[in-house]
Amino acid sequence: MLARPEIPYRSAACSQGLRPSLLFWILTTLAAASNLAGAQAAPAAPQARFVVVLDAAHGGDDAGGRLTGGIPEKAFTLALSVRLRSLLAARGMQVVTTRESDSTVDPNRRADIANHANAQACLSLHGTESGSGIHLYTSSLAPAEPTRFAAFKTAQAAWVTRSLALAGVVNSSMLQAGLPVTLGRTTLLAVDSMACPAVAVEIAPKSPHDRATGGPPTADLDNVDYQARVAEALAAALLEWRTEAREP
Amino acid sequence: MIPRYQTILFIVLLVASVAMGGVLWQLRERAHQRLIAGQDSAPTQAPAVAPAEQATLVVANDDDNTLLRQAQSLPLPQDPGERARAILGKLLDLYAAHGSAHPVPGGSGSIAQVFLLPVSAQNSESGAAPGSSNASGAMPRVEAKPAAPKTSDPIPSDSGPLLAVVNLTGAFVAGHPSGIETETLTVLSLCGTLHANLPRVTQVRFLVDGKPGATLAGHADLTRTYLATDDVAQP
Repeated sequence: MLARPEIPYRSAACSQGLRPSLLFWILTTLAAASNLAGAQAAPAAPQARFVVVLDAAHGGDDAGGRLTGGIPEKAFTLALSVRLRSLLAARGMQVVTTRESDSTVDPNRRADIANHANAQACLSLHGTESGSGIHLYTSSLAPAEPTRFAAFKTAQAAWVTRSLALAGVVNSSMLQAGLPVTLGRTTLLAVDSMACPAVAVEIAPKSPHDRATGGPPTADLDNVDYQARVAEALAAALLEWRTEAREP
Repeated sequence: MIPRYQTILFIVLLVASVAMGGVLWQLRERAHQRLIAGQDSAPTQAPAVAPAEQATLVVANDDDNTLLRQAQSLPLPQDPGERARAILGKLLDLYAAHGSAHPVPGGSGSIAQVFLLPVSAQNSESGAAPGSSNASGAMPRVEAKPAAPKTSDPIPSDSGPLLAVVNLTGAFVAGHPSGIETETLTVLSLCGTLHANLPRVTQVRFLVDGKPGATLAGHADLTRTYLATDDVAQP
């Protein structure tokens, strides 16, 4: 590691005026320092904050779907959001949530919160009894070039490519955790208006219902271990996403 | 003694009242005849037994998030809107059946009407109505395309693209399972089925009980126009 040339602290001299030779020495030293800095790799920029938006879907009057044991989807998503927020905060990420309680939040308001957070990743959390495993959905808007003023309803268009990349990272993390994943694209009011890499994560029972016998799935949504695995996998994915984002 | 002028006034008013009564009676009779004539020509013709035809259904599967083409034989009316409604009804009957891979209650009665409208020039140029998109690729995918039976396209008029407006019943929407995957598959399978059987249908919009609805069951956006293509319907 190259040592930086020492620059004497001269605040007093600055206030009293400097002699020409001393000023020349300081300028030379500064120039040398800048050359040294240019010769070696660019100094590491201060670590930019990494913001994640967690959007617990539904809430308040909008209960969402009805899950195993009669749990409303809004309660499931809020519990998952709280759990995931703790995991992400422990990993040094700044977390912004669209709701912290059982309150009604308009889809446009959700997008507003995400857009004002200037986030590097936005996850919209959902739960369902249909299908199985983890469903990862990105916006079906066609990719578009970023513009200074984007239409609110289709703001996600400029981020679709990044959203697909984020979905790929989450997919890898889920598969590593042994969780089956299906990928898709859809239209969701909140996600389509988000100006950030955004993925809707829908958690379904781990294995499908046995339709022939009507038997229960092996890992239902109220299974604490299953929820913990999903949250851990999501946290690992966002850690990986942060690493990728910081790589040159 | 009643003055003469009052007697004359009374007689004139009496004649006028009787005349107006006569006119009203005549109008009533005419209205009655008109109603009877309307009833005669109005509703119920005995249903003609339509010949069975091949239709292609794009059937959703929740387990693997796929849309699979399936040929079905069913009697189809000649009117394009009724034809589209009958085909979509058959699709929803499959979903309502026991053991369906995409269980959705409701059945054929869930489609109230299907209207087919010419796509406006502006929409044709942009590829979709405002608010829609034309994303390419992505899931869900349509698999295993058996030779899709090309049904005749009995829509009169020119050969321009059509917008199908599907009016869903409120009961269907209320009973639809909630979830991004299941709702997306329902929408895409309806759009795909319409396009597979009526190739001129390139765009699809949804109404609920005749009015625009925000979402199908809390997730899939019904405010947008969906594009229907050969591969898969795209929102």
